[in-house]
Amino acid sequence: MTNSIEEIEHHDVIFVIGSNTTETHPIIALRMKRAVRKGATLIVADPRKIDLVRFARLWLPLRPGTDSALLNAMMHVIIREGLIDRTFIDARTEGFEALRESLLDCSPEWAADVTGVPAGDIVRAARLYGNASHPGIYYTMGITQHSHGTENVFAIANLALMTGNLGKKSVGVNPLRGQNNVQGATDMGCIPDFLPGYQKVAVPEIRRKFEKAWGVTLSDRPGLTATDMVKAALSGTIRALYIMGENSVLSDPDRDRTIRALQGLDLLVVQDIFLTETAALADVVFPAACFAEKDGTFTNTERRVQRVRKAVEPPGEARDDARIIAELSGRFGFDLTYDSIEDVFREAGRLWPALAGITYRRIAKTGLQWPCPTRDHPGTRYLFKGSFPRGRAAFQTVRFRPPLELPDEDYPLLLSTGRHLFHYHTASMTGRVESLVRIEPKPYVEISAADAEALGILHGENVRVSSRRGAIELEARISARPIKGVVFIPFHYRDAAANALTHSALDPLSRIPELKVCAVKIERVAQSTATTRQKED
Amino acid sequence: MSTTVTLRIDGRNVTVEKFSTILDAARTLEIPIPTLCHHPDLVPYGGCRLCLVEIKGAPRPVASCTTFVKDGLEVTTSSPRLERLRKTTLELILSDHPRDCMTCERAGDCKLQELAYFYGIRDPRFEGERRIYRTKDKNPCIARDMEKCILCGLCVRVCDEIQGVAAIDFAYRGFRTMVTPPFERELDCEFCGQCVAVCPTGALTGAMWAQKGRQDMRDVETICPYCGCGCTLTLHIRRNEVIRVSSRRETLNEGWLCAKGRFGYEFIHRTDRLKKPLVRIVPKSEAAALVKSGWSHERAASFFREVSWDDALDLVAARLGEIKERHGSDAIGGISSARCTNEENYLFQKFIRGAIGTNNVDHCARY
Repeated sequence: MTNSIEEIEHHDVIFVIGSNTTETHPIIALRMKRAVRKGATLIVADPRKIDLVRFARLWLPLRPGTDSALLNAMMHVIIREGLIDRTFIDARTEGFEALRESLLDCSPEWAADVTGVPAGDIVRAARLYGNASHPGIYYTMGITQHSHGTENVFAIANLALMTGNLGKKSVGVNPLRGQNNVQGATDMGCIPDFLPGYQKVAVPEIRRKFEKAWGVTLSDRPGLTATDMVKAALSGTIRALYIMGENSVLSDPDRDRTIRALQGLDLLVVQDIFLTETAALADVVFPAACFAEKDGTFTNTERRVQRVRKAVEPPGEARDDARIIAELSGRFGFDLTYDSIEDVFREAGRLWPALAGITYRRIAKTGLQWPCPTRDHPGTRYLFKGSFPRGRAAFQTVRFRPPLELPDEDYPLLLSTGRHLFHYHTASMTGRVESLVRIEPKPYVEISAADAEALGILHGENVRVSSRRGAIELEARISARPIKGVVFIPFHYRDAAANALTHSALDPLSRIPELKVCAVKIERVAQSTATTRQKED
Repeated sequence: MSTTVTLRIDGRNVTVEKFSTILDAARTLEIPIPTLCHHPDLVPYGGCRLCLVEIKGAPRPVASCTTFVKDGLEVTTSSPRLERLRKTTLELILSDHPRDCMTCERAGDCKLQELAYFYGIRDPRFEGERRIYRTKDKNPCIARDMEKCILCGLCVRVCDEIQGVAAIDFAYRGFRTMVTPPFERELDCEFCGQCVAVCPTGALTGAMWAQKGRQDMRDVETICPYCGCGCTLTLHIRRNEVIRVSSRRETLNEGWLCAKGRFGYEFIHRTDRLKKPLVRIVPKSEAAALVKSGWSHERAASFFREVSWDDALDLVAARLGEIKERHGSDAIGGISSARCTNEENYLFQKFIRGAIGTNNVDHCARY
């Protein structure tokens, strides 16, 4: 997030696109609801009539994968009606002319055709955002999990930049991070092209700095992303994987392909708190401690580094991950033992100045938001005040591209996947919480009444959903949420793994899979199948 | 025009923002005024009548939570008359309240119990009709015991004003008034438990708290393991077990949580947690078949045998070493976890880069 969670309630316009905020970030959604109560205007762009729509002035029910068309048309209107911020564009950006030209033919009428959103509503949304004094854009995987996810993000950035809506209190662009420490894992360099603190491995001076600190020689070749590692495992270039706290079999696209990839490895090591579907394929499994059993820090979606404290002892011989890694590393003659876990944090702070001012003592009560370079720095509430890291922000021309696999005659429906409120990711944790399981015990597919009627499907009956990659059986839920032609399956359930169906197409830049769009068909199944027998009621 | 107001409370001057209530002003002076229906994040309600104060010149006491301050007000927060009124109000509430503090989950953390204690009410003076409600909740998160409800309306208001759900409201009138979902159906909501957090009595409690303990608890403050909001959780620990989760109001999340954060902690102590290092003893194809259809935890566990830490670590180090030797460092990859700490993630990539010698390190940011 460029802004802080606290700043949400001071927006006058909130534009949520591709985020089911009340279910995936419930507490951030509370702030949005408060903002609306205080008079803010909420615009929601989503192919489903998600709960947040109840609070919105305007719902833009766009077809999945057409976000950049919608955004481009909004920008077209903003330019046409003179709602751009010339001063900001001149002072802090570059490449506006090229962008402006690229948007000339992106009329609301054209976008209405592509997205399914009425042209008038696109104009209204553009005017609301363009005239706002403190607007904030919020998005999650609905924007990014596409084969053109990076372009979608560029389009959002273009919209914010041309209206000067970045770098101020309660004004900004806010991707909401989906997992408790996905921000921190990225900050800490668990990404193939960056060392900790977004420092490029390809740059010799940076490598030298880390080589000196760590006493080793580092590879200058950027590595593979998780998605590409699975690919490389299939082709045999990756022979061993060490997976810590990840359930790739259920979370990655095209489950059967993931299983094939992991099966073909010479060595798979999985470190986890449960015997997950991924751990079941491992050669060696290390039992780890969970969040309540260790000390350290998590960094939340607003870059706030917060203290994690050990509350209970881990079960049996389970050990915290830091110790397991250190023991393994010692066997390679690379010492990773530290006197205390805070020493690890201090080392990260020495190598990445944004953390240098944060100590466990300073965050004992409340966390601090990076960048926080010195001990007396109060942390940074919002980013890009006055300048951007690269100097001027560059507009990136985005041409709308459709998703790679769209519905056709054989697979006439569009499948989107995601989470619901009561489970989390592959449910390795929430699936073991009786109360949550009882609220949402089993997988389902959300389908519009129009599509259900056309297929002769009744509410609550079992259906077979298949794509070119796999098939699952699960309960049909006729719902007012998805627009016609779109079905939604939560990916939490092992027994009807949504990712048995999804497409492994990747975004060329970010290498994110296109989990939000693939083509499926739905058929009724006889009531005597295994899934039906599992029915609880 | 001045935006502040100065008044006198219990003989002390205080200056507060215009549109503050007398209760707000008293709290800035840390003067205790008892309340049962007040919450600083909710619209003032004036239901419980315990926060009564006297204003010089006013004919009768007023509720301090719903009375705005005015310049020159002279307020008394405690007097024999006020205390008598408060005690009577409490006695009336307690006259229709189950006296089962012995087994109540809220005992020790109950505002009504604490006030009865301070006012020395053992046997209320009034005996009268009792509300008899059948507890019928089948929902797995929120236990509702409506006989303990004092109709303060905090749950109704938090559900509407904070959560924006309005799953419950008052039904019926007078003595029969009750808080209920529409048509007295089972509770069917987001199960965020904000209502449980604000309930001043044992009317609303966490269903999973039952008989897990009320004393000898230790509190540990940490961060929620689920989404990226980063809510602060207070884990209540008894005998190495997390038996409750709550959150303080003085946190980033202002004490509000969701169903996962508040009620989703049972996994910590599940018996199927991994407890020993494991080494696979069956062909991988068996595991693959199991994952694709008919998963059973017992079957999956039978694919492995338990080994010592040293054996497991030696084995992994040797095999990784071989693969590195034969195919080079880039034939090895590491996938880290967004559920692990910063420190663990730092160490993980340092191990992969420094010990293995490759930049093939990533985590689940893309899923």
